[in-house]
Amino acid sequence: MSSEDRPPAPEGGNGAGGADGAPGDGGASAAGGGVSATGGGTSMSTSRKGSRLDGQPLEYAPAPESRSVVRLREAYDPFIDGEFAPAKSGEHLTTANPADEEPLAQVAVCGEADVDRAMAAARRAYDTVWRDLPGAERGKYLFRIARILQERAREIAVLETLDNGKPIKETRDFDVPMAAAHFFYHAGWADKLAYAGMGPDPRPVGVCAQVVPWNFPLLMLAWKIAPALAAGNTAVLKPAETTPLSALLFAEVCQEAELPPGVVNIVTGDGETGRLLVSHPGADKVAFTGSTEVGRGIARTLAGTGKRLTLELGGKGANIVYDDAALDQAVEGVVNGVFFNQGHVCCAGSRLLVQESVAEEFLDRLRARMALLRLGDPLDKNTDIGAVNSAAQLERIRALAETGRAEGAEAWSPPCPLPERGHWFPPTVFTGVTQAHRVAREEIFGPVLSVLTFRTPEEAVAKANNTPYGLSAGVWTEKGSRMLWTAERLRAGVVWSNTFNRFDPASPFGGYKESGYGREGGRHGLEAYLA
Amino acid sequence: MPQTAIAAEQAPTNRALREFLHGLPGVDEVGARERAAGLATRSVKTTAKAAALDLAVRMVDLTTLEGADTPGKVRALAAKARRPDPDDPDAPSAAAVCVYSDLVAVASEAVRGSGVGVASVATAFPSGRAPLEAKLADTRRAVADGATEIDMVIDRGAFLSGDYRKVHEEITAVKEACGGAHLKVILETGELATLDNVRRASWLAMGAGADFIKTSTGKVAPAATPPVVLVMLEAVRDNLAATGRAVGVKPAGGIRTAKDAIRNLVMVQEVAGPRWLDPALFRIGASSLLNDLLMQRSKLRTGAYAGPDYFTID
Amino acid sequence: MPEHRHDGAEAPRVAVRKTHKLYIGGAFPRSESGRSYPVASADGEHLANAGMASRKDARDAVAAARKAFPGWAGRTAYNRGQILYRAAEMMEGRRAQFTAELSAATGAGRPEAEREVSAAIDRWVYYAGWTDKAAQVLGGSNPVSGPYDNRSAPEPTGVVGVLAPQEAPLLGLVSVLAPVIAMGNTAVLVASERAPLPAVALAEVLATSDLPGGVANILTGRTAELAPPLAAHADVNALDLAGAGESAADLEEAAAETLKRVLRPDPAVEWEADPGLSRIRPFLETKTVWHPVGT
Repeated sequence: MSSEDRPPAPEGGNGAGGADGAPGDGGASAAGGGVSATGGGTSMSTSRKGSRLDGQPLEYAPAPESRSVVRLREAYDPFIDGEFAPAKSGEHLTTANPADEEPLAQVAVCGEADVDRAMAAARRAYDTVWRDLPGAERGKYLFRIARILQERAREIAVLETLDNGKPIKETRDFDVPMAAAHFFYHAGWADKLAYAGMGPDPRPVGVCAQVVPWNFPLLMLAWKIAPALAAGNTAVLKPAETTPLSALLFAEVCQEAELPPGVVNIVTGDGETGRLLVSHPGADKVAFTGSTEVGRGIARTLAGTGKRLTLELGGKGANIVYDDAALDQAVEGVVNGVFFNQGHVCCAGSRLLVQESVAEEFLDRLRARMALLRLGDPLDKNTDIGAVNSAAQLERIRALAETGRAEGAEAWSPPCPLPERGHWFPPTVFTGVTQAHRVAREEIFGPVLSVLTFRTPEEAVAKANNTPYGLSAGVWTEKGSRMLWTAERLRAGVVWSNTFNRFDPASPFGGYKESGYGREGGRHGLEAYLA
Repeated sequence: MPQTAIAAEQAPTNRALREFLHGLPGVDEVGARERAAGLATRSVKTTAKAAALDLAVRMVDLTTLEGADTPGKVRALAAKARRPDPDDPDAPSAAAVCVYSDLVAVASEAVRGSGVGVASVATAFPSGRAPLEAKLADTRRAVADGATEIDMVIDRGAFLSGDYRKVHEEITAVKEACGGAHLKVILETGELATLDNVRRASWLAMGAGADFIKTSTGKVAPAATPPVVLVMLEAVRDNLAATGRAVGVKPAGGIRTAKDAIRNLVMVQEVAGPRWLDPALFRIGASSLLNDLLMQRSKLRTGAYAGPDYFTID
Repeated sequence: MPEHRHDGAEAPRVAVRKTHKLYIGGAFPRSESGRSYPVASADGEHLANAGMASRKDARDAVAAARKAFPGWAGRTAYNRGQILYRAAEMMEGRRAQFTAELSAATGAGRPEAEREVSAAIDRWVYYAGWTDKAAQVLGGSNPVSGPYDNRSAPEPTGVVGVLAPQEAPLLGLVSVLAPVIAMGNTAVLVASERAPLPAVALAEVLATSDLPGGVANILTGRTAELAPPLAAHADVNALDLAGAGESAADLEEAAAETLKRVLRPDPAVEWEADPGLSRIRPFLETKTVWHPVGT
């Protein structure tokens, strides 16, 4: 594709940094005569009335989702034993909108006394109400929660976008409906646990201490709480320091569903709160999603305690594109694989392994496609890439990208002006990367793709597996037997062939090796919550 | 993607055509559907919407292709194409009227001087089942009567049986018979069944000299589905890169609302590129669509929702 | 011609003693350290010297297990089942030896030793039957909400470090080794420190059972010396701590460094009981594969 035919870069900004000037009338620049279709023959241009666009980009006017559906409180208390009550710690942190750095609310930093209280409430609820409630009745609470999440979907989506920085398109079409689907799916398990493959009379584990990350705040909460409750456990969950609001809204949903007090408790705070929670003696089971570093520490802490542990940690997913792939869909898959959610995805396809014979053509197409990504105001319905969740994460992405440059890889980003306020990183692709580069080995957790090439299927698999991680991988080929051969050899818990980043409550998700252990979703996910 | 497309001057063998067409990258149907669905979530509002609606009006090939068509019906259609909204002198004209070949003379007379084109379906529309001589005669007659554009159908039977050469030869011959008229080649994607076939037929038609590739006759369902249009837009984009020639795309059938039309324009922009946002390179074959576009125009202009009785039916 | 003593009586034959060696990569090396240690019977009588494996032997065993892993995991389940069944056949042929060694090691009476040998043989048969069934029981097709084929199937996790139980030196030994290798993992097993001789005999059985070299590696020596390097080894994927005793917590902590899968010791374990999938499941990974369904 020659450069003149590349789609133009998005106008960037897209309203995020106060760029609310409407982009022209869209017809300002109609050239005199129509462009001839073929350069020869009769022009097919037609009459000229009204505004004209011929051959000029159709500017999407700003299409912001309204914030008014969300009613933020000034300060939020933790949710313990069915009530919001001030934390004994008396400490607070401020959660801010990463797109403009404006503070959103004050949130409690729970200390030891608060975690103790939450764990005690969960224990009490477990012993006195939840464990012995017939499965069918437990299930009905989960069904209620699923329905309320659906009813309040728009409010939750906007809140999540404000707190996280991810595009409204994703919270609206992915995070929130998928969270509701998780509750709906697990609700149906509550009275069918005897069929979960854990024997005829499986028992709940007890009180679960759960810690979730900031990249999919509500969805990760759903992945943790829905199976725990369905299996008869009670839970104390800590949302991430930078994205506590949707979990607190979820607490309201629990109230609205009249879930018995103590079955779900939300303690907000920082890393120390999380540490208090996972090391609490009252926890029968610990579930953590987050970095491999923290996961390692939790595994060490729990050694010898006999407590159950599941960990869903980092990844450095390889996306293998063979030369016979459906190239246009493979380009989409690679883009979706690494730029979905600003690349803040543990299973992101952050390493592209493309067969050398099609590498150049593929990269041309990839760059052309990347130029169409619209970065900017996360609340704009046309935004594809939102804000990086925090200054700290942005710093980490920048630092790793810098090592890529320093180590000789070549970085490319489409022309993409970044808003002035907020935390932003442009979609970036590194070429000339080898297995030895840090950008090919370390999880960047940002919109950064590293491109490596391979010659044979054996080489592709060897390179894909050459990492301590093992969460996800992608395979693109039109040849069925090669797809199965490759999928069989990839040491990864999820293999997406001819697609990427698909999720479903019925489909188990989780990693090999240092990507953690245990699965979430499907029958397999219940195993973690049954004894 | 191949660097060279099929050269129209040569008469390629079936084997050569097969090698070329089957060497094109495959299309994953689910992926293509998802991409099209993703683009359909683009929100086009206010000023952008106004520009898009006007452009869409100017891209309409206002069509009547019924056994019951009469000169009176065609004249009424032509009047509508020339002046879609009598209440709004700023409303642009449609691109063309599209009629059967025996009514071209009537249509041509009716649009004279307006800039509105006359497109004629030809080549034993809609089935394509007639001897080549008949198809060529049909085409020549339509051009002689004033057609500026010819919408031919390919021989789907030949395509599906692997006789790509026959399809190629027919397109080449009809192109020649068109003289100065533009040739739109109807693939009838509903009968080709797979998106792989849509891609191959697109390249076959472009290589044989099509000025436009068009989805459907409107007589077969499904017609211009979003994934089909997506794949055809990819084909013209890649053909431009390979040959330097920009071929147009015309979805026809099933695009009835302004929303559908705008979704098509979004696909045009993000798949083929803004160059195709031009009636010279993108048309929409439709009849009822035009009034919906006009109603949306009116809504944007006045702020009030429009009623169908305020727009002419012809 | 036998030599005769001056009184014409035949001289008593000097028995050929067996040197008990390690089993690594299908071969029977001595410990690279050159060390051995005395093994006594239940009532304290010297039975033999066993090889005392070193950390380096453990490292070599892990390397052998890693090398054997792709081939073994890639065998068909049916083939692995046949090989495990072959191990049972070979053990059956050496019942007398196993009974005697077990009896000497544990002080069990002959009928009791016979029973344990039978149970150990039967355990091989049991797991031989699991090889081509566990994937069906544990895997399946997932009804996702979209045009995708979605399947989950278990796969072996890789190289497993196995600390055989200190008690039940034969049945416990087979009970921890067989489920690990049945599903395609390869194993580095540390035998019961006090009673390693049944493990050495088992190695000889495995060596003649068509089991590829490196699939099962058996080390004798001090558990306290061999377990920590296995727990910390970055190329070991999982640990069975059945024989870890009081060091289990420390080993689990060391295993956390590379997030190994750990099967904790169960103080209430009854080796005679039907194990079901309890020792298979911990050493499997669930892989889920998605593929679009379209034309």
